[in-house]
Amino acid sequence: TLRLICTTTTAVQKKNVGASGPEKYTEAFIKKQIEEFNLGKRHLANMMGEDPETFTQEDIDRAIAYLFPSGLFDEQARPVMKHPNEVFPEQRKIQWGEDGRPFNFLFYTGKQSYYSLMHETYEKLLNVQKHQDQLIAQDLPLQKEKRNLAGSRWLTKIELEEMLLEKVSDDDYSRFIQLLQKLVALPCADIEEKYIQKFSKEVPVQLQKVVIEPLQYDERGVAFSTGEGKRKTARATAVVYDNGTGKITVNGIDILHYFPVLQDREQLLFPFQFLGRIGKHDTVCTVSGGGRSAQAGAMRLATAKALRSFVTEKEVEFMRQAGLLTVDPRVKERKKPGQEGPRRKFTWKKR
Amino acid sequence: DDKLLTEPLRHPDFFNVKELFTLKDLFDARVHLGHKKGCRHRFMEPYIFGCRLDQDIIDLDQTMQHLQLALNFTAHVAYRGGIILFVSRKRQFCHLVESTARACGEYAHTRYWQGGLLTNAHIQFGPGVRLPDLLIFLSTLNNVFEPHVAIRDAAKMNIPTVGVVDTNCNPCLISYPIPGNDDSPAAVELYCKLFRMTIIRAKDKRRHSEAMEELR
Repeated sequence: TLRLICTTTTAVQKKNVGASGPEKYTEAFIKKQIEEFNLGKRHLANMMGEDPETFTQEDIDRAIAYLFPSGLFDEQARPVMKHPNEVFPEQRKIQWGEDGRPFNFLFYTGKQSYYSLMHETYEKLLNVQKHQDQLIAQDLPLQKEKRNLAGSRWLTKIELEEMLLEKVSDDDYSRFIQLLQKLVALPCADIEEKYIQKFSKEVPVQLQKVVIEPLQYDERGVAFSTGEGKRKTARATAVVYDNGTGKITVNGIDILHYFPVLQDREQLLFPFQFLGRIGKHDTVCTVSGGGRSAQAGAMRLATAKALRSFVTEKEVEFMRQAGLLTVDPRVKERKKPGQEGPRRKFTWKKR
Repeated sequence: DDKLLTEPLRHPDFFNVKELFTLKDLFDARVHLGHKKGCRHRFMEPYIFGCRLDQDIIDLDQTMQHLQLALNFTAHVAYRGGIILFVSRKRQFCHLVESTARACGEYAHTRYWQGGLLTNAHIQFGPGVRLPDLLIFLSTLNNVFEPHVAIRDAAKMNIPTVGVVDTNCNPCLISYPIPGNDDSPAAVELYCKLFRMTIIRAKDKRRHSEAMEELR
């Protein structure tokens, strides 16, 4: 054509990231890849001695793992045979027809899908306003059903990019979200509910309420409950029985023999003392790992958790505020190079 | 095929665009209203009829002539299957201009103009792009009241331009300027209607002529 004033050769062409640049893979190339993949699948099935017709993707994965065993750590670095549509990223095909006329009417803006989306959304906004005007002219009341905004969120920028198949900048994304919010804010927005739902997602309500297990009853009819606790490297499980005398057994040994030190026994008794139930419960515990103090702390947490089932919700709240139900996060800090310990530095010598 | 292309060029007004508008239509759509005397551009003085209470009034007789020439030109371009690009940077009329372009089957650009769209097209769009054959400006100024970059770029790329020039615009590089108001909604709606009707008329005529040729 006569108008090509500034032409460049393909070698000099720089990939303009984000724009509808030259196609990375032509349609013919991808078609050829699909044919080769199908042929390869049949060959593979033949090699493994299975039926080529009913050879699924899982069979392919297994066959490849068998024929090319790889000790590589990264799963994505191992040999893989997948359908070309999954391997090559989805991209837009050539935007114009044979006579050179582009398909989309906003092609010459550069960001055709984003701007056509904005155009459509603005059109919906105008529709809603027109509908509102009609209702006002007829003196009818405007609908006031409030949409539940708490359980939904708008699409993220990355999701929008995937939807439009082109890069969207932060400014453009925020403008689009503002337009959607403007649309939703109008009273008669229910007309375009279906359109808005395309861009909103449900947020699963996170229920983080801790479930207190109910009391269980053993063969003799005595109520009991279990709890688990940990502290540093020690792990403990405690079973607290009702109608007891206040005996505590650890790993089959009485606490007087297991914990010679008074401080550890005090730690064990603290939950009962706090609730005022010292002589009323029997406890059987198993504990492993850690040291003397750590095991005591782990067992204290385990008994406190077990006692939750015997006690009212208010007292559970008191226990939580006293710190009986919180896992102690302190662990041994690592030693750093260039220092003697976690914090201690080497002796400083002046010369 | 040759006859199809040369036949319209023999008549001065092959598509009869004169009947689409009258002076009264232009007056009712407030096309004659310009900006204040202080905003006047020096090169627009030939097109101004006078000044009333500091507001410039555009000469509608000259507007009629220019409008007829411009519409005739767009009709010829559309008849030959050229790509027409509507450009306007007025936010009020962005949606209207885009809908007009869509209705005609042509293209629009009412958003931020990226620097190398016309001059760097082969890198921005890909090799083998076809550039627009005509640019129609519904407003020659951009949001900072400076001449739109597309006027200069189209002149660089040898693309003819048709543009509505207001009293504060520079009509220099535009091939077919139309002196007139570009701020009132009534005026812009009138322009959109006129362009839409000419382009549709031209395309229909082309299809009609091709069908007649095939019948023979």
